[in-house]
Amino acid sequence: MPSSNQSKDLRIGIDVGGTNTDAVVLDAQDQVVTWTKQPTTDDVTGGMRAALAAVLEGINDPSRVGRVMLGTTAATNAIVERRRLGKVAVIRIGAPATTAVPPLTAWPDDLRAAISAGELLARGGYLIDGRRIAPTDFDEIRRFLESVAGTADAVAVTGVFSPVVHDEERKVGELVREVLGESVALSLSHEIGQIGLLERENSTVLNAALHGVARDVTGALSQVLSERGMQPATFFAQNDGTLMAMEYASRYPVLTIGSGPANSIRGAAVLSGVEDAIVADVGGTTTDFGVLIKGLPRESTAPVRIGGVATNFRMPDVISIGLGGGTLVSDDGERVGPQSVGHRLGSEALIFGGSVATLSDAGVAGGRASFGSSSIGASYAERLARGLAVADAMFGDAVDVMSLGKAERPLVVVGGGAFLVPDVVPGASQVIRPDHADVANAVGAAIALASGRWDAIVPDGLGRRDAIDRACDMAKQRAVQAGADPNSVEIVELVEIPLSYLSEPAIRVNVKAAGPLSWI
Amino acid sequence: MNSVAFLTYDMPQTPERLREITVADLPALARGCAVLGTGGGGEVESGALIALSALEKHGPVPLVTLDELPDDGLVLPLGGIGAPTVGHEMIHGIHEAYLMREAIEEALGATAVAVMSSEIGGGNGVVPVALAAQLGLPLVDGDEMGRAFPEVQMVSTNVAGLPIEIIGLVDVIGNVTILRPTDWEWAETISRMVSVAAGSYALMADNVISAGRMRGAIIEGTVSQAIRIGRVTEGAADPVAALVGELGAAKLITGKVVEVERRTGGGFVRGSVVIDGIGDDVNRIVRLEIQNENLVAFEDGVVLASVPDLITVVDMHTAGAIATELVRYGQRVSVLAWACDPLWRTSRGLEVVGPQAFGYDLDYVPVEEAARAFI
Repeated sequence: MPSSNQSKDLRIGIDVGGTNTDAVVLDAQDQVVTWTKQPTTDDVTGGMRAALAAVLEGINDPSRVGRVMLGTTAATNAIVERRRLGKVAVIRIGAPATTAVPPLTAWPDDLRAAISAGELLARGGYLIDGRRIAPTDFDEIRRFLESVAGTADAVAVTGVFSPVVHDEERKVGELVREVLGESVALSLSHEIGQIGLLERENSTVLNAALHGVARDVTGALSQVLSERGMQPATFFAQNDGTLMAMEYASRYPVLTIGSGPANSIRGAAVLSGVEDAIVADVGGTTTDFGVLIKGLPRESTAPVRIGGVATNFRMPDVISIGLGGGTLVSDDGERVGPQSVGHRLGSEALIFGGSVATLSDAGVAGGRASFGSSSIGASYAERLARGLAVADAMFGDAVDVMSLGKAERPLVVVGGGAFLVPDVVPGASQVIRPDHADVANAVGAAIALASGRWDAIVPDGLGRRDAIDRACDMAKQRAVQAGADPNSVEIVELVEIPLSYLSEPAIRVNVKAAGPLSWI
Repeated sequence: MNSVAFLTYDMPQTPERLREITVADLPALARGCAVLGTGGGGEVESGALIALSALEKHGPVPLVTLDELPDDGLVLPLGGIGAPTVGHEMIHGIHEAYLMREAIEEALGATAVAVMSSEIGGGNGVVPVALAAQLGLPLVDGDEMGRAFPEVQMVSTNVAGLPIEIIGLVDVIGNVTILRPTDWEWAETISRMVSVAAGSYALMADNVISAGRMRGAIIEGTVSQAIRIGRVTEGAADPVAALVGELGAAKLITGKVVEVERRTGGGFVRGSVVIDGIGDDVNRIVRLEIQNENLVAFEDGVVLASVPDLITVVDMHTAGAIATELVRYGQRVSVLAWACDPLWRTSRGLEVVGPQAFGYDLDYVPVEEAARAFI
């Protein structure tokens, strides 16, 4: 009889994409035991069920699966398609400040109509140093809550400078519970985002609207698992390439947005065994480049719009260039892409008997792979060789753009077109081609890190060190809430930004903590 | 007063001076103000939302020249004073503009006839559109800087020799301060303290005077200019080239950011950025010195451009301006520099905002001479 730990030594990563639902089984050493690609179904459940069935056939004992990790675009799709969104009562506390931009300003009309159960801009809020703008008007908030009872599925509360002082949002949260009970979902902005009122408020409202979607996806996964008699711990992938426990995800469903690219990058790290690298995911039409730092995707500093709404989420820093297996090579070979034959590669490319010169043809002619059903005419040789050289230069340029500093890092290539990347790329110390690169996204979902983030403004002088330590503690606490092992969680990122024109020098610190999942 | 000579300077005639600002102009205005912000001036996005809310409620804002205003009517030169980070969280209240007008009109016993941006660069170039709309007043097509500067005394009315008479400050809570300082330095000192007391952000009217006395003492046409700058890159095949053409700028370098250093001092974010040339600029290195705004560009220890001329870092593909706090390693950028308004090049102008006013031991050389090779 195996010990209890050995009996739970496998984990399953499932990535529900727009086209395919991929699943992999990893063992305790992060080795791929088995994998599958199944078509995504409209109800999501069908694709998940098929993918799970396929990988369970590859292992002898389903009870060995201790954890299931899910990467899903359900939240993104719900917002983009305005479907299954909850009705949100939107409360901002800060008047008379902030009245120049009421809540949900500049939202697309249809999204606003789909989400808003009413908006209130109540008196209250804080200055940056914690003094009050005005006393909180609880009576006004109570009347508003009573007016939305029965129509609101959720309440979003955003107070001015709540990332500095949380008390007011918490008290309003208690009032929400008192008036509307436990059945409505509640999102408090200081738990969702950072300083930058309108973006944080938008993110908080979207989060509140997504609780139902989160419940549906969670329910679908639980159903598929219970049909198999399985009761593993379940996790969701989030946009920074880490995981959150199901309970945490159900409170912060908006954090699942953007997990797709994060999973590919993170999966490349696991498959290649490197922690600091540039990752290229080469598809049929484009190549996406991302950066791994200490095993996590580098995040973009650019503001992110979701469904037409400005938010302050951090997404993986990814650039796309128009190079893939189906990319067209011009007649003289001097221009490559961005046009692509896409999924018609198998009929239109020269190597499949077609008449279109593609990068796959150039790669095969250049000896980087051998596949296809037809040989390439000698008359194409010069054109394809030139096209491949142009593509090589474009890969090199993109690697240079993504590079972090003067030191060269390895380039990890994944995806179906990975063979197109040459063995030597300027700016990369080496090119790594891991096995199972086709399902890097599902592997990325099956990773075993959880993270938390905290943002604070701290004095630059006496007390700075203590304040930064406190911010680090908060980030670690969040990581533990998300499922990380309290004994091994560590700070993986600490950004300090000096602030101008304040009475006393101050610094904004943004801290991220991450650690392996605690054993169940 | 040695300030008379430049008063006769004519702004280049623009064929398309706008007569009003509508919702459709706001994205271009915001982009243009970011370019004129020379890396500082605060972010433009929330300013654009403030303007959007106001225009949706009150309709378009007429854009006027000082010549169209009555001599004795007051012009309110408005802008935010304080920490841009705070302004991003603690957005303006709609009461601020009304309280400001009421207090100023009462103090001066005259009627406000127009709003003006005190600083066209950055968010302060965009928000006055909203304030004008709220007050039902026209907006003056001009400002007191033609760019962004960090301090109260760095305004054209000071350089033009107008005395400092009255400053108004209104905070988000509703406190109103009317200040009658003895000189510009006290105006800066006390205004700064008031804004700090109010949570490090307040709405300020920087030296309210009549339209008649203001003529010749502001930089005209800058609102139209900002909108033109924002429009010229829209759909352009080569946005940076289009922007260079519109500004008449020198392209100092196109390259990759290879070093970013920041530190705080005296309330300012200081630092430097190093750009390593690519393409035609390979083997060249340009260093920018920063104090909230981009102030000096060096190559091999030689100045290519310096304050008060404008230096802006733009994305080499989109030509979107990149604020100093968002510059980071690896970005591909072009650095553009172009001539400031002639008023800043007078001896009084250079005294107020020349390189030495920012602590650089440098003699000012106009960008069209210093960067002749790159025009």
